[in-house]
Amino acid sequence: MINSSSSKKHGTDQQEISGPTAKSQRAQMGKPEESENKKRLKDVEISVPIVFGNAAFWLGKKASDYQSHKWTVYVRGATNEDLSVVVKRAVFQLHSSFNNPTRVVESAPFELSESGWGEFEIAITLYFHSDVCEKPLNLFHHLKLYPEDESGPMSTKKPVVVEFYDEIVFTEPSESFLARVQNHPAVTFPRLPAGFTLPPPVPIEDESKRNRGDTKDHPLSQWFLNFSEADELLQLAAARQQVQAHIAKLRRQISMIDGQNQQLKPPSDQ
Amino acid sequence: MDAKDILGLPKTPLPITQEKKSRPQKDSQRKPDGISREVYALTGGLAPLMPSIEVSQLKRRPPSDEKITWQWLPFTSSARKDDLQLYHWARVVNGVPPTGDYSFAKYNKSVDVIRYTDEEYEKYLTDPTWTKEETDQLFDFCERFDLRFIIIADRFPTSRTVEELKDRYYSVSRAILIARAPSPGEVAGHPLVKEPYNVSQETERKRALSMVLSQTKHQERKDAEVIAEAKRIAESRMAAQGVEEPDLPVTSDIGPENAEKAIGHGDTISPSNVHVPSAAVAPSTSILADNTSTLASLRMLWVYLRTYALEQMVQAASSSAGLRTIKRVEQTLQDLGVNLKPKVPTKAVCAEHLELRKEILTLLNLQKQLQYKEAEGSSFRDGSYGDMPGTPKRSLRAADQDRTFVPDTISFGGERVGKREQKRKGPGRVAETPSSPAHKRPRKLKASDL
Repeated sequence: MINSSSSKKHGTDQQEISGPTAKSQRAQMGKPEESENKKRLKDVEISVPIVFGNAAFWLGKKASDYQSHKWTVYVRGATNEDLSVVVKRAVFQLHSSFNNPTRVVESAPFELSESGWGEFEIAITLYFHSDVCEKPLNLFHHLKLYPEDESGPMSTKKPVVVEFYDEIVFTEPSESFLARVQNHPAVTFPRLPAGFTLPPPVPIEDESKRNRGDTKDHPLSQWFLNFSEADELLQLAAARQQVQAHIAKLRRQISMIDGQNQQLKPPSDQ
Repeated sequence: MDAKDILGLPKTPLPITQEKKSRPQKDSQRKPDGISREVYALTGGLAPLMPSIEVSQLKRRPPSDEKITWQWLPFTSSARKDDLQLYHWARVVNGVPPTGDYSFAKYNKSVDVIRYTDEEYEKYLTDPTWTKEETDQLFDFCERFDLRFIIIADRFPTSRTVEELKDRYYSVSRAILIARAPSPGEVAGHPLVKEPYNVSQETERKRALSMVLSQTKHQERKDAEVIAEAKRIAESRMAAQGVEEPDLPVTSDIGPENAEKAIGHGDTISPSNVHVPSAAVAPSTSILADNTSTLASLRMLWVYLRTYALEQMVQAASSSAGLRTIKRVEQTLQDLGVNLKPKVPTKAVCAEHLELRKEILTLLNLQKQLQYKEAEGSSFRDGSYGDMPGTPKRSLRAADQDRTFVPDTISFGGERVGKREQKRKGPGRVAETPSSPAHKRPRKLKASDL
């Protein structure tokens, strides 16, 4: 059941008071109504960690002038979970020299494979489900085909992989969105305001469908990079400690000099 | 020229010959009569903007029909109470001397000092601190000296302050006015009634004024600092409050601007003990305002990438810093072995990164402050200003920085080895040339940055 808590700043207040039971029934019946989507939680953000990038295989003997590499550009969950809980579709905008440069991918895994010879910037637009966010989000990825070390031999077995970690942050998520993704592994669920409870999630019709969009068994998964925040946190903490120590030292020096200066000041200034 | 010969074209085109002809004409035209050519050329050879005085006009005078003479005549003045007759030159027109009163008599104005009768005194004007004799005398003086209270105070037999005299005079006049008026409404508009004299306020005002006028330069500077500080705090509070509305950038822009001005004025406002904590506080309050406004604008986006958010926050935090400072921050980050853009930008990592950047900014500010103070100290010692702010105690800081930074580059793993070798050159170089002005700081912070 819902606690009509005061944390809901937006939204139709009448609904809060009138029928808690009616609402939960509606939630269980399937598609939530539009007005429910409008109930948003201020000061709450929900984030989805993603990794996007490309893997490119050199075609070796089979390479031609215009098709030297076979590459795949993709957006995946950072832990290889299924992003389709949040993302409705992804649109990859390729270089104009490609046929139909606007490629739409309607389901997870959100990826696109092509062959070519050139490196260029790909604009990836993620469209979210209507209860998640009306606005799409743009990512930009520079396609990388050739290895950093230009002198090394190119291998057909080992791809050139470039990945970037990022997190999609949704501000003021709607209740229905929160309810839907409560226990989903792809989503970093926020701490909800005290005393706030969500309606139970809508049961998903097809259990098997749920897992198909993840990239855990993806053919490229062996090349995926690992992103651990622990290392970076350690680095940052150590750096901060150092800087703080230095600051303290400088402050001591400054107060010392101040003392000296006070004594040295010409009498007319005092 | 030769080419033209060969082609058979005329040597000089016609317009030039025309110019040559017209120029001597213009030259002679331009030179006016009355001034020599060289003097005229001093003005630039052009006609002056102001119309010059025509000499011929100076001697002209309209012929007058009247016959004017000046005569030594007696006169009297209505301003005088006696019949004193004095003499002066008078302009006589056609034999008729000037009529009318002495022309300066109209300036003989005096103040209308209200005089009360004894009964009125008994009825309305008694005061415990004033005797009737004193009050009478006061009013006499007021009339005599035209309400010049400073003179009255000087001449007054019993010692009274100017404020006391004024107070007595104004309250008496006011009381009389009200008493004599047929109805209160009629005198309500009179300035004496509308705004009575306020002794305490006046005393206070004069005291404050004399304090302000007698402030030393030191005091002035401190006051200016405090006022600027208060302004900054007020504006950052306004900015923080204004975060609720989406259209707020104006106020938050003022915040960092002021902070920059305050930091930039470090040389005019002499840094004192008061300044140090305030300098540390002020940037943080304005940065706080920036942060809240950035957060607000991010929230309006509904969806954004964590890296984008971090970029915005970093920009907001460094908005008060110049380009050089930002570069120094980045260099420091690199020296500490931290990625300029985090590789794994989770919420925690981004928060730590932002805090680290802010701390580095504080560090750099403190270093600059220390420098200024040392320069101040050395200028006090030398007794001369205008020293290069670059003669600090090198051994102190250079050694410290060597110690803090070089060992830590070692501790961050193998990939830093390359950098370590590079760094060796820096401190080494510094040690070799201790007094050369170009190497006052280790490589990472260039003297030119300061």
